[in-house]
Amino acid sequence: MAITGLIMVGFLLMHMYGNLKVFLGADSFNHYAEWLKGDILYPLVPSGVFIWVFRVFLLVAIVAHIWSAAVLTGRAHAARSSKYAVTKRLSQTYAARTMRWGGVILAGFLVFHLLQFTAQVVTTGFQAGATPYDMVIASFSQWWVTLAYAVWVAIVCLHVRHGVWSALTTLGANTSPKARAFLNGLAWVIAIVLFVGFMIMPLAVQFGWVK
Amino acid sequence: MIINLRVWRQANAQSAGKMVSYRVENVSEDMSFLEMLDLLNEDLTVKGEEPIAFDHDCREGICGMCGVVINGAAHGRASSPVPTTTCQLHMRSFADGATIDVEPWRAGAFPVIKDLVVDRTAFDRIIQAGGFISINAGSAPEAHSVPAPKIQADRAFDAATCIGCGACVAACPNGSGMLFTAAKITHLAMLPQGQPERYTRVKTMLAQHDADGFGGCTNIGECAAVCPKSIPLDTISALNRDLMKSLFRKDGK
Ligand code: HEM
Ligand code: SF4
Ligand code: FES
Repeated sequence: MAITGLIMVGFLLMHMYGNLKVFLGADSFNHYAEWLKGDILYPLVPSGVFIWVFRVFLLVAIVAHIWSAAVLTGRAHAARSSKYAVTKRLSQTYAARTMRWGGVILAGFLVFHLLQFTAQVVTTGFQAGATPYDMVIASFSQWWVTLAYAVWVAIVCLHVRHGVWSALTTLGANTSPKARAFLNGLAWVIAIVLFVGFMIMPLAVQFGWVK
Repeated sequence: MIINLRVWRQANAQSAGKMVSYRVENVSEDMSFLEMLDLLNEDLTVKGEEPIAFDHDCREGICGMCGVVINGAAHGRASSPVPTTTCQLHMRSFADGATIDVEPWRAGAFPVIKDLVVDRTAFDRIIQAGGFISINAGSAPEAHSVPAPKIQADRAFDAATCIGCGACVAACPNGSGMLFTAAKITHLAMLPQGQPERYTRVKTMLAQHDADGFGGCTNIGECAAVCPKSIPLDTISALNRDLMKSLFRKDGK
């Protein structure tokens, strides 16, 4: 759970950084997307191979993450089969409480996202085969796409808010009350950086700052 | 004071239970929560009704026998300004005329025996699985021959204050017994005497924890919030560090 989660957080940070290339213009962004899909580690590996290795790696991480979550959920339900009439929450965060359903919802959005930008089966205002830059501009010029992404990224960041703290604690980093405060702060920082970093580009397109 | 109670009544492990309302009069605010229940039980006995079964022993917050969920919080932590056991919670923490919900610990690993009494022998099995040190019996060695560094000794003593009440399990949304297990692991891992079995202990105790049907820890933190002994959440990270180290060691494989 912790390791696969941190792998995905690492991926998100890279992805967020990559998306910001939109601000450098169409050529720069398209060239970057081209490089992602073709030239990474070329000529060490044949052109276009690395992306598949990376996709398989991410897929394994996602599947392992969901599998661990399912096992934990099953154990938790078995361990609290009879419910309390009243429960008073003392220290849990909203993020911690919504990890399970939040995870399911964000995975649903992820499927949509891949159908949209990777498989280009669901096209939001662009033709299949459009350049990555044109896809982004056409999609985020529509308010509902931008809104849907804002909701999705917010759910992702909520997940990251508890996930980063929890993963680092599971890996043994919570060594003192001070460390606990630090890890929670770090999780907030990463979640906020991701939210701002991911959303600034769709918003810029939405408001016509990037065309 | 007058207190309105809604208490979980369950005749035995097999039967279904339900919340039953009672009115307790002449409650003094200096009574402990358990004394208030005693008062109600005297009343019930006089009326020829079955008194409410609840666990208790020392009534001074050191044995770990007592423990019920009060208004949704283990040991009534939400009503008390300080970490407490149920026996050390006093009625002055409640308003006159208040309605109070009283339930047993609810966890798959802690089946209800009767009313508010649950079976916590799962904790004993976790201790039996590794919560001990093996020494050759004989005369006590010279104390100074085994130096215990001050910081580690303090941490061991803090962790050793866990009284095994089970509030952490009761409060955990996952029904996990990690805080209890981590307190025991930390206590023994910090002392020189605990070293020889340190990395086998963490594996055997955790395996027993899982086998007994406790849930997995997802670092939510409700356990440490209700713990009467303020066992900190960082003991769980200490347990995890030992577990990871144990994976790279020969012993116990
Ligand atoms: C505003 C936020 C986001 C935007 C604008 C965005 C945009 C894109 C675009 C344009 C692509 C396709 C790149 C290409 O065709 O070369 C892509 C791929 C992808 N995105 Fe996002 N993304 C966002 C957020 C996310 C988030 C939060 C996640 C994870 C939960 C995510 C996961 C992925 C994955 C897994 C791929 C596929 C990579 C592959 O093709 O192997 N994205 N994204
Ligand atoms: S860790 Fe705290 S709450 Fe859990 S059994 Fe020990 S004393 Fe009770
Ligand atoms: S009765 Fe001993 S701790 Fe409450």
